Amino acid sequence: MSTIASPLPERPLAWKLPYRGKVGMACLIIAESAIFTIFVVAYLFYIGKSFSGPTPREVLETPIFYTICLLSSSLTVHFAGKLLERGSRAAFLVLWFLTIILGGLFLYGTGQEWHRLIYEHGLTMSTNLFGTTYYSLVGLHAFHVTVGLILLTIVLLFGLAGRVGPEQSGRIDVLSLYWHFVDAVWVVVFTVVYVLGR
Amino acid sequence: MSSDAIAIQTAEVAGRSWVETLHEWVTTVDHKRLGVLYILYALFFLVIGGIEATIIRIQLMHPHNDFVSPQVFNRMFTMHGTTMIFFVAMPILFGFANYLVPLMIGARDMAFPRLNAFSFWLTAFGGLLLYFSLLGGNGLYGAGNAPDVGWWAYAPLASRAFSPGHSSDYWTIALLASGFGSIATAINIIATIVSMRCPGMTLSRMPLLAWMNLVMSGMVLLAISPLSAAQLMLLVDRYLGGHFFDTQAGGSATLWMHFFWIFGHPEVYVLIIPCFAFASEIIPVFSRKPIFGYPVMVGATVCIAFVSMSVWAHHMFTIGMSSYANSFFTITTMAVGVPTGIKIFNWLGTMWGGKIQFRTPMLFCIGFLFQFLIAGLTGIMLASSPFDWQLGGSYFVVAHFHYVIVGGILFALFGAFYYWYPKITGRMLSEGLGKLHFWLFLIGFHLTFDLMHIPGLLGMPRRIYTYEPGRGWDTLNFLVTIGAFIQGIATLVFVANLIISYFKGTKAGNDPWDAWTLEWSVSSPPAEYNFASIPRVSSRRPLWDLKHPEDPDSRYE
Repeated sequence: MSTIASPLPERPLAWKLPYRGKVGMACLIIAESAIFTIFVVAYLFYIGKSFSGPTPREVLETPIFYTICLLSSSLTVHFAGKLLERGSRAAFLVLWFLTIILGGLFLYGTGQEWHRLIYEHGLTMSTNLFGTTYYSLVGLHAFHVTVGLILLTIVLLFGLAGRVGPEQSGRIDVLSLYWHFVDAVWVVVFTVVYVLGR
Repeated sequence: MSSDAIAIQTAEVAGRSWVETLHEWVTTVDHKRLGVLYILYALFFLVIGGIEATIIRIQLMHPHNDFVSPQVFNRMFTMHGTTMIFFVAMPILFGFANYLVPLMIGARDMAFPRLNAFSFWLTAFGGLLLYFSLLGGNGLYGAGNAPDVGWWAYAPLASRAFSPGHSSDYWTIALLASGFGSIATAINIIATIVSMRCPGMTLSRMPLLAWMNLVMSGMVLLAISPLSAAQLMLLVDRYLGGHFFDTQAGGSATLWMHFFWIFGHPEVYVLIIPCFAFASEIIPVFSRKPIFGYPVMVGATVCIAFVSMSVWAHHMFTIGMSSYANSFFTITTMAVGVPTGIKIFNWLGTMWGGKIQFRTPMLFCIGFLFQFLIAGLTGIMLASSPFDWQLGGSYFVVAHFHYVIVGGILFALFGAFYYWYPKITGRMLSEGLGKLHFWLFLIGFHLTFDLMHIPGLLGMPRRIYTYEPGRGWDTLNFLVTIGAFIQGIATLVFVANLIISYFKGTKAGNDPWDAWTLEWSVSSPPAEYNFASIPRVSSRRPLWDLKHPEDPDSRYE
């Protein structure tokens, strides 16, 4: 059967549905938020319940610089997308690269903090409840940053090969949506771990 | 199970080597083939889960029976529960959603076909992993076998100290893999429904099946994710020495219960809402009337989804929560009954005054309707926390949730099989065998699960591998087991019907039921591209409009 014959006089049908990539990413973000919520709840529930030290107050230092790095990478990825839409590929690549640098810096910051906690304070996942909840929550976020960085780098490589143009900007938007989510989660994790948790 | 698939294909395209056909099925991204794969895979596990149930029932047939050891009994109920929920119910419903949603909304495939294939194979490997535990569960310690910690794996039972070896790890990783598969499928279904509808298919014209699968998928995102998170925590505990659920280091066993049931209760609705969807498609067609109260149906579904997200702790009344928590969860649980009741009245309203045709799909849906009502009523009883303190963890609970899952979900699913089998294969299922299947299953079901309530009321706890004679449970347990055998025979009749009708069934044609939704407008089985040209609809019943141009639905919208 070809078309359903409409007995009514055919009106021109304006039919535009949302882009499936964006819908899919929005759904993924909902699911991921649920996962993070469970980890955040566990963190909040176990604050101050460890039987032994070290405690968050003793060992945690607020990573202000690296937080600024990550949050500003949201801006760079946003403007990169805008620039691509307007067709300025070179400017897009520069901002995109800057995003990767900023994300990479953040990841380095996390690594450095973990190194300090493990080697100076002897805090590991099995030390106490704080260690278990801290490494899993921050680690889950760092894992998402890593995945994001891999995806961003793939786009960068395609871009350097000259394969990313304004016609891809819809897909670029999907990826930057994910990156914004990773940043937004950090705001929550930061608040829970470094503000409420101490 | 894939050998069935091969048989199907070679029958159709003779002259093609079986390697090519197998390759085609393994690498397929077609939503219809993936749907069929999901369904066959689930049927395979249905048989396995059924065998496990039979072993449980044989063991409980007499007091002091020693058909299996207590250890094996523990493994059987764990594997039975896990298999039936994660590897039968979920994949079979996803299979139907995969097959039907694009056809019903006039799309040529799902939004992300390759992601779709990926989800199926993740789920498939999840099932294989779970059963590989029978071989690999021993691990280095030489302890353990199949998982034996119950399908909800309460802490600290699932911790290293009490579950040595790898059996619990297989359970965790199997659920994690199939969970990610489910989340991806849910994303796919939502994106398909939101972005792939054919012109004119506004949300208010969408078939209820699509609506309810949309709601179900939204619930999967919010319900399966917490389970995955909890499984990750359990893995951290078991492998990295974490203390999430380790009471020796300040961890909380109750937290696992909360996390598990935040998944576990919405899961019930994840399973039942697609069954509501089947009933909402089948009942109107066999009552020869459009569905009664379409907008209210949609509203009630969304309402159930919302409320069911805040009822989980009614599974935990017996652990001793505060009186505020008990009251809250009692009230919310009873509140779910309201939108569910609205649905039941809508289905009755659809049948009221209709020209009802008692074909097999309709019989199963009527069975569904009444049994689901009774299941809901025992649910309301258990929602009352003082009542639950008395009967929580007894056979009354087992009877209640099997009434939901078998009497509700499975009956609606059988109805769906009889209704859409002609579309999927091009042949009708035998009506005679179908009616035999229905009546045998109905008798077996009621014998088993009606009677099972009574030993529960008399104090028989669940998960015991045997019991003392003379407590008034003996005859009842014997009859329950007889009922289980009758259900088993009925299921064999069903499987025989599936196979015989595939080869000998009468040809179905495009539209054997004189139905109204888009999937009946294309050939049976549909071509790979579904629609030669994308249809355009102007009412909720596009095929009615086509068949009755003198009085189309669109005139009244």
